[in-house]
Amino acid sequence: MLEVNNLHVYYGGIHALKGVSLSVPKGEIVTLVGANGAGKSTTLRAIAGLVKPKEGTIRFLGQDITHLPAYRVAQKGISLAPEGRRIFPNLSVRENLAMGAYARKDKAEIQKDLDWVYELFPRLKERERQSGGTLSGGEQQMLAIGRALMSRPALLALDEPSLGLAPLLVKEVFSVLEAINSEGTTILLVEQNANAALKLAKYAYVLETGRVVLEGRGEDLLKNSKVRQAYLGE
Amino acid sequence: MTFEVFIQQLLNGLTLGGLYSLIAIGYTMVYGILQLINFAHGDIFMVATYFAFYLVAVFALPWWAAALLTLGLTAMVGVLVERVAYRPLRNEPRISLLITAIGVSFFIENLAIVTVGARPKGFPTPKLMSQVIDLGGIRMSGVSIWVPLLSSVLLVLLLFIVYRTKVGMAMRAVSKDVEATRLMGVNVDRIIMYAFALGSALAAAGGMMWASKYPQIQPLMGVYPGWKAFTAAVVGGIGNIVGATIGGFIIGIAEIMTIAFLPQLSGYRDAFVFAILILVLLVKPSGLLGQSLKEKV
Repeated sequence: MLEVNNLHVYYGGIHALKGVSLSVPKGEIVTLVGANGAGKSTTLRAIAGLVKPKEGTIRFLGQDITHLPAYRVAQKGISLAPEGRRIFPNLSVRENLAMGAYARKDKAEIQKDLDWVYELFPRLKERERQSGGTLSGGEQQMLAIGRALMSRPALLALDEPSLGLAPLLVKEVFSVLEAINSEGTTILLVEQNANAALKLAKYAYVLETGRVVLEGRGEDLLKNSKVRQAYLGE
Repeated sequence: MTFEVFIQQLLNGLTLGGLYSLIAIGYTMVYGILQLINFAHGDIFMVATYFAFYLVAVFALPWWAAALLTLGLTAMVGVLVERVAYRPLRNEPRISLLITAIGVSFFIENLAIVTVGARPKGFPTPKLMSQVIDLGGIRMSGVSIWVPLLSSVLLVLLLFIVYRTKVGMAMRAVSKDVEATRLMGVNVDRIIMYAFALGSALAAAGGMMWASKYPQIQPLMGVYPGWKAFTAAVVGGIGNIVGATIGGFIIGIAEIMTIAFLPQLSGYRDAFVFAILILVLLVKPSGLLGQSLKEKV
């Protein structure tokens, strides 16, 4: 479904991605793990069209989307829940979710998806009229994921959804991701919490200083001694 | 001062205040989205009066048609300025944008001097605005009745667009987080274009009413109203639309009341306006309804 091939990204003089290739098959959960600065977020941002790669291609559903502007990528069906939640603090919870569905015209279906998001995150419904900025960190993360779902994406990309959340909430977020996936949404997940991510993901890539250094099935990587040492603190 | 005089002065203040509000909104909308003080906004206000002048006095269009055309043409000028002067600098340091805005302002003023001439022209005030209306003994010019009324309708319409429509929602979203708005599939360039079009159309409405009240137009006429409207936007809290509206009325009423109660100081009317600005900035630097900027972590 998504094919990233030999991606190079520069920030000024810094060579942030040095030829990243990965693929996300339809219906699966794929995760990118790695330390800070390994290039995980940059990979997602390049896929979403927020940074322009210098070299390499990104193909989505058979189309070349490498040079599309971010809003066109979103309209093609890739929805990114960015790092740090980035909800709109001045908009109400409901408006935040409506922003997620901005490019859609099918009113009846939007209402259905809204009900579905409220079902996934009942707390959002309780806070429907509150402005996004008044939510707690965990609630904002739920709003960010809900907002990303409102575009009914073919591919949901999430950047560090567990960052700054209490362990109990992390569990809740991951079980929601599992539920979303089982309803047919393909997921590309970037996580520092390698343990939880590898358990959830079918397939995983390990990034180090802008390169893929290891890849394999999630459960295999969990057993890999190098991974355990570097990312699981053993 | 009799009651009648007070009511008359209050209506005068509301008239001026409504006009300042209409212009102030253009400043505050652009600031909210681009963090840019669009110094050319007062000149766009001036350009609108010339559109109306030529459409009515030269092309002999009926006023309603000329007014609608002027709104559209001025909106296009605003969009053009954004497209040509500001968009190429979107990712450059903000100071470059600011200096460009000052340059655009001078450019429009001088272009007007060259093309239409520096000599003031008499504005063909519509009959609706110039007739005298008798309100139970208080005789008012049409301007003092219609301008507050029309500006209120336009302000309500704008608030409706910003707070109740999809495009308005996107404008509010862009003002907080451009990148996240892009991720929602929103063409941010188009939203910014709409903001310039709306702000410029409101300035055009303000310009036509201003010229009906003070029926002489000349290429530098936008400078002072522009500054005062900018002051109104800052007093209300720049970036906040309701704030700009309130700020406009405060400035307008304060200016008129200064002249009414202290006629011997009427030469200082502009100084009073800017004194209000200094006072507000001293006491509440973010403006009446503005939020202080919190550094994001």
